[in-house]
Amino acid sequence: MSLSRTHLLFAGGFLLLLVGLWRVDASPARIWEGLGKLGWLVALMWPPSPGGALAELLAALAETVAMAFFGTLIAAIVALPLCFLGAGNVVPSLLMRFTVRRSYDGLRGIDSLVWALIFVSAVGMGPFAGILALAVPDIGLLAKVFSEALESADRRQVEAVRASGGSRLQAIRFGLIPQVAPLMLSQILYTFESNTRSATILGVVGAGGIGLALGDRIRLNNWDEAAFIVLLILVTVAVIDRASRAIRLRLITAG
Amino acid sequence: MSLTAETVTARWLQERQAGRRRTLLWALAFAAATWVAAWVGQVDAARLLAGVPRAADYIARTIPTLRLDSFAADITEWFWGFDLWLGLLLDTILIGYVGTVLGGGAALLLSFPAAATLAPPWVVTICRRTLEFARTVPTLVFALIFVYAFGLGPFAGVLAVALHTFGALGKLFAEVHENADLRSVEAVRAAGGSWADGMRYGVLPQSLPGLLSFGLLRFEINVREASVLGIVGAGGIGEELYLAVRQFEYPDISAIILLILVTVTLIDALTTRVRHRILGAESLRST
Repeated sequence: MSLSRTHLLFAGGFLLLLVGLWRVDASPARIWEGLGKLGWLVALMWPPSPGGALAELLAALAETVAMAFFGTLIAAIVALPLCFLGAGNVVPSLLMRFTVRRSYDGLRGIDSLVWALIFVSAVGMGPFAGILALAVPDIGLLAKVFSEALESADRRQVEAVRASGGSRLQAIRFGLIPQVAPLMLSQILYTFESNTRSATILGVVGAGGIGLALGDRIRLNNWDEAAFIVLLILVTVAVIDRASRAIRLRLITAG
Repeated sequence: MSLTAETVTARWLQERQAGRRRTLLWALAFAAATWVAAWVGQVDAARLLAGVPRAADYIARTIPTLRLDSFAADITEWFWGFDLWLGLLLDTILIGYVGTVLGGGAALLLSFPAAATLAPPWVVTICRRTLEFARTVPTLVFALIFVYAFGLGPFAGVLAVALHTFGALGKLFAEVHENADLRSVEAVRAAGGSWADGMRYGVLPQSLPGLLSFGLLRFEINVREASVLGIVGAGGIGEELYLAVRQFEYPDISAIILLILVTVTLIDALTTRVRHRILGAESLRST
């Protein structure tokens, strides 16, 4: 019986796939024609070339990383006080906690590109819109992770500091922070990594960084330059990933 | 050396000083990084602070006027394009679904030779590099290229989502295969099966729950990604959102974003339930 149900599920899934392919108009002729054009594009991409604007591209790349850095920093600073509202051992009201956590989910449920679109329209083009677009969904993410870290912290260490005559502030400094800081810092670094990836494309809608140059090159059909920019992005992302992973490992072993 | 109160205190002071020095060093490195980032990003604190109220004002404008005495009419006006948006949302879900299935299928094929326990090292390296490339290039960049090659519309979006999914799922699938017990592969081979038979009957039954679980997780991410692809003309609800932002139709922006949020949340809840059932069935079987 369970076998037939599995088969039925797979048949249904396959049917949905066919409906989807029909809906997106994936006719063989279209695929064939598109593949031909794609091969032509790839041929145009070789060899990748900076097109005499290497300095400008490197500056845009640095701007991208700076956007990711400030986006993460602002998100962490804002999320730190917010996380207390979502932690069960700080706010006992279930309804309040539920509402707060849903709003965190809401912030991070919207892609940073949508936020970029909105902030470019609100504050103008440039890296500033990108920083805000990265920070807003991350506030939701970090506030949620931070409150979970707070909830999982061991109460007894705080009580121990209080019992040996420490003040409330000292209890937080010596009982709570050593427990949650490594977790929070490694999450912040992880967010920085993922922000570097997101920041590379925000420029497509005008929010600063290397994406602006990439979008321009594609619109102007400079495919060799576009390929060069994509390679630059790949290298940067790899370098940031390595560096951040090394720091995270040190944090975990030190903590 | 005997442990007197003095030596213990001296050592503690020494340790504390070393700790403080380390903290200071990290703080200095962080301050330097902030300064450099501010300089390259041309971030100006005054401009930042001036921009925040403008951003807040913009968001405030997107909130529609809802009055209690004409609540139903206000909602109808807010969601005036509901039928159109619902159709585009279904398109978005379809882009996510077809992209996940196609990308996941390709990932499944390449995940066996990409698993370190199942294939020779040079094959593994080639497959892993291919997958790494596919998942590091952002979906939006693939979408920009495919829109050019295959024309405007959801088909370019499907291909972009599928290619990125291929890279992301291929890596995860290979890691699931690496955890599989190899004795069942040996059994299939001993009974005269080929390498492919070994994968199909030895590895796949063990990995399947893990694969399905990762695939469902990816589906949720892909629907979210598909919702923005319309910005570059690759189909789905993103097109309408882009239009609303460009034409300053403030209430439309909030209405569309709300619809996207509800859709993503529903899919998240649904896939989480299915995943728990799959993984729950698996833990029952293994005990």
